[in-house]
Amino acid sequence: MTERPRLAVIGAGPAGLAASLAAAEHGVAVTLVDAAEEAGGQFYRQPAAALGARRPQALHHQWRTWRRLRSGLDRQLAAGRVTHLTGHHVWCVERESDSGRFAVHALRGPAQEEGVVVRADAVLLATGGYEKVLPFPGWTLPGVVTAGGAQAMLKGGLVLPGRTAVVAGTGPLLLPVATGLAAAGARVAALVESADPRDVLRRPSALAAQPGKLAEGARYAALLLRHRVRTLVRHTVVEAHGTDRLEAVTVAALDAQGRVGPGSERRVPCDTLAVGHGMLPHTDLAETLGCRLSGTDVYVDDEQRTDVPGVWAAGETTGIGGAALALVEGHIAGRSIAARLRGTAPDPRAWAAAGRARARLRGFFAAVDAVYAPPPGWADRVTHDTVLCRCEEVTAGEVRTAVDELGAGDLRTVKLLTRAGMGWCQGRMCGPAVAGVAGCPLTAARRPLARPVPLGVLAGSEEDLE
Amino acid sequence: MNPLELADARPGPGFPVTFDGRTIEALPGQTVAAALWTAGITAWRTTRGTGRPRGVFCGIGVCFDCLVTVNGRPNQRACLVPVRPGDTIRTQEGTGHDD
Repeated sequence: MTERPRLAVIGAGPAGLAASLAAAEHGVAVTLVDAAEEAGGQFYRQPAAALGARRPQALHHQWRTWRRLRSGLDRQLAAGRVTHLTGHHVWCVERESDSGRFAVHALRGPAQEEGVVVRADAVLLATGGYEKVLPFPGWTLPGVVTAGGAQAMLKGGLVLPGRTAVVAGTGPLLLPVATGLAAAGARVAALVESADPRDVLRRPSALAAQPGKLAEGARYAALLLRHRVRTLVRHTVVEAHGTDRLEAVTVAALDAQGRVGPGSERRVPCDTLAVGHGMLPHTDLAETLGCRLSGTDVYVDDEQRTDVPGVWAAGETTGIGGAALALVEGHIAGRSIAARLRGTAPDPRAWAAAGRARARLRGFFAAVDAVYAPPPGWADRVTHDTVLCRCEEVTAGEVRTAVDELGAGDLRTVKLLTRAGMGWCQGRMCGPAVAGVAGCPLTAARRPLARPVPLGVLAGSEEDLE
Repeated sequence: MNPLELADARPGPGFPVTFDGRTIEALPGQTVAAALWTAGITAWRTTRGTGRPRGVFCGIGVCFDCLVTVNGRPNQRACLVPVRPGDTIRTQEGTGHDD
């Protein structure tokens, strides 16, 4: 019996799981590498086992799909076709020049100081995304958290950041965050959305492609009503107030040009602001491998292949589109990988239904993306003394000086002149903020190491897991 | 209603840890950040430049705003590090290497 070819899947969210299952069912040995202790990614983030949650589905959507993925994974684990490495933080993937195989470098252990390396014939990048937050005065106060962060802490740790929350920003994520916090016992004083979700209805092509989304929207509307959450559309949070922690926010109405309506400001007392303005893909591993990007997304072809041979990508890392899209992309990637690793060209008819769903969902999310764009005037409302780069404490005023007086015209030059983007997070959080205030495009930053790595590990002290 | 009730959670017995010398109770399975939030604490770092308070921001290990000193070791992401019985958690001042 010949040995199965080995695939390393980075990320155990919907895309990574769907790909692992499809590849394992079609003759591939899969090593699933993930930072979390439980599979699921952000969308299906599970409460820690020791919390003994008997009804985790109360915090989730599309739980039936999760059960199907989880039982599929359990079957493949039992059959020895999938190895799941939990608590492994991948910091670099490289092609080894001698063997042509891939080396996946990860950190593990309680302090993430033990280096390990996994070798594979092919790699699927399913690294997901993270939340984009645009700055406003007061956004660095404790009590201001990302909308996804509030949800992650709730799903994973069964905790709330405070008693009274405002959920604000723009995008479809705000709905489950507001209803989730309310269901868990927080008082949600307001859901503040800068776009008008009804604009999605005015794009009939999008809804015709995805009619189920209309019902989903109606379900959220009913939940908001049940929890007595006041929803303010075409409104924005203009400032967060407090000295050492959040005490209130000022909310204001926006006109069609994105300007704050004079006299529309009102103060809403709260101890929590969950805020988000959409998502960005994690592309560090792809960039280090030399994969081409399209805008901020990893470019893939119809088989979910990147332009680097042996490297596939699926889910949010190839463009933000939600869990359902990640599942079909992962499935297609897994089928393609299984065929290509046998040295044959796959027959796309084998995944025709998934291919149609992918096209529909991508179309729908393109329309959603257009509707939930940040209001045009947001960058002008950022005061000079507002911190943009949270790590290096660089203010909007410093960034404007770099642009207006020193001639910086791109993120890299702004960084060199101000240190914005040079800190712990490597510009992940401030990238959109600095680009918006500086008036330059948001470009993907090259980060050879996807996370901080101990020098000993860099010096070559790694355990080989092969 | 609270999140534990919503998920019908039956965690194992809680255990004491300290935050800046004060004893708080943590639950098995929680991260340091979750334990601190449960105790009503939302800030456990001061910034290097202006000494401003910070706590959880992204909640998923990306932003590094929630850095904290645990058992004498600074720069731990509170949203990722599991809390252990007897942990000594301290506010991280600046780089965390000055004290």
